[in-house]
Amino acid sequence: MTAKPLAVLVIDENRIRASIIEAGLREAGHEDVTLVHDVSGIAKRIAEVNPDVIVIDLENPNRDMLENMFQLSRAVKRPIAMFVDRSDSASIEAAVDAGVSAYIVDGLKRERVKPILDMAVSRFNAFARLTRELEEARSELENRKVIDRAKGILMKSRGLSEADAYALLRKTAMNQNRKLAEIAQSLVTAAGLLGDDA
Amino acid sequence: MTDARFEIAAGFLPLLDSALLVAAREKGFAADEGVALNLVRETSWANVRDRLAVGHFQVAHMLAPMPIACNLGLTPLAATTIVPMALGLGGNAVTVSNALWARMAAHGATDDLAPRAAGDALRAVVAEKAGGGQPPLRFAVVHPHSGHNYELRYWLAACGIDPDRKAEIVIVPPPLMADALGSGALDGFCAGEPWNTAAVMLGHGQIATVKAKIWRSSPEKVLGADARWAEANDDALAALLRAVYRSAQWCAEPANHQELAAILAAPAYVGRPAEWMRPALSGRMHIGPDATVDVQDFFVPQAKAATFPWKSHALWFYSQMVRWGQVGHSAGNTAVARETYRPDLYRAALKPLGVALPGANAKVEGALAATTPVGSAGASLTLGPDGFFDGSLFDPDELDGYIAAQGQDRNG
Repeated sequence: MTAKPLAVLVIDENRIRASIIEAGLREAGHEDVTLVHDVSGIAKRIAEVNPDVIVIDLENPNRDMLENMFQLSRAVKRPIAMFVDRSDSASIEAAVDAGVSAYIVDGLKRERVKPILDMAVSRFNAFARLTRELEEARSELENRKVIDRAKGILMKSRGLSEADAYALLRKTAMNQNRKLAEIAQSLVTAAGLLGDDA
Repeated sequence: MTDARFEIAAGFLPLLDSALLVAAREKGFAADEGVALNLVRETSWANVRDRLAVGHFQVAHMLAPMPIACNLGLTPLAATTIVPMALGLGGNAVTVSNALWARMAAHGATDDLAPRAAGDALRAVVAEKAGGGQPPLRFAVVHPHSGHNYELRYWLAACGIDPDRKAEIVIVPPPLMADALGSGALDGFCAGEPWNTAAVMLGHGQIATVKAKIWRSSPEKVLGADARWAEANDDALAALLRAVYRSAQWCAEPANHQELAAILAAPAYVGRPAEWMRPALSGRMHIGPDATVDVQDFFVPQAKAATFPWKSHALWFYSQMVRWGQVGHSAGNTAVARETYRPDLYRAALKPLGVALPGANAKVEGALAATTPVGSAGASLTLGPDGFFDGSLFDPDELDGYIAAQGQDRNG
């Protein structure tokens, strides 16, 4: 028995994450994928796409509007929450932890739909990891910049070598039990206030 | 707070009436009861419900009808949710666009928030638009199972405007209401504060009437609790209820309103200017560019048993769910609604405080024309006035008759 391909609608204001989900769905053989980034006019879009599965991120403030629309709509097949089967609480928790929710058309077999949600969950998690790593890399870079500026100030105002300037910052940080970047930031701020920025 | 005996995570939405939970944490009332209260801001009521269901939250700031809808199976993925406490009375308003207000004013609406005059003017505008072949007015509420939805519909229907046939009611998240009104996407909305004040301050609209005038001293938000957690952790829940009660007392004190407004304005809570919080706290509402109105009981955090989970409130919300076709009326559904609210847990938790505890679990809503002393334990208690603007009464013992009569209303 060959089932009709599922139409999947992904609602995510984050375009990059939406693309990552789309790529995953296509890799898994789902050709009929539509991305929506902006929920204005969503009722019309849903009527056009007529999705079997709707994937939406939990940050979206319009979930209440969507759920209400699903309940009232006669124009579209009636989607219901992915999670009507409470027996699979692990997969429900995984989805909420990952920040994603899904609605499926009533009557679809869950074996057909579960892989879609599982894929969305793993891609959401991967995206979150990526974002976190990027954030860490960015703050690392920021820290290095501010430490370089602090070193420069010390070298200029106290005639220290670069190595000694760095050693002084490190020693101060250890003595005060603070991060090196914090000490450097304080110094840069103070120098700025004193009109002595290097 | 390493010595906390209980750790409780609570979800909330950025609304003024999250105040009772926010102050419970920020002013140390939770810590005093040994509760480490972790407050998590959410972006939708659906998220609050889902995260309560998967155990991320043990309790949450919820729309008063929401736990009833959860227990009636009207929403996806709902844990059995109980209401051991309410989070105040009142606090909402109906705001209309400047264009709609101008047309209403031409039909006799006055800037005193009187619901009858505003509703009559609105009915005239609705008739005018229908006669001119224009699309119906579009109003927004925050959720289908909300006090906002039911009080807006109640007001419209009582003023002769069928909310389904003569208007369109859509769902919009509260922080987006003011912009939607300004952009012309909406003609009006019913929401909590500070979002009505926001629309007025931004020059997008005029407050036409308020919840406190449609139904004075009426329920709005509650503390919803995961029933399984509450049963297994009755000490923790009781400690939290005591903390929130103390917080409600603090929030009610006018001398604290300045500080409360500043706390709520912080990015972690409502994240909007403190001056947007003050009108609701003082009841001195800026309703339009040149009008300020003192509203009695605009938002009542603690007086008049404002935190007591009346079963008559639960049953009125249920009657409105039936009225607007969200659920069928049956003895079974009535029992689910009634049992969702748990005044027994409220009394058990607060008894040690020696504060006023209502003797009854339900009351006739709308019966008190003036402030009235009622039977209570612990300390003396006064309730009311609590009238519906159309003078009707809701007697929870006459639920079937009330439901039947509102059906006739609608067909008439």
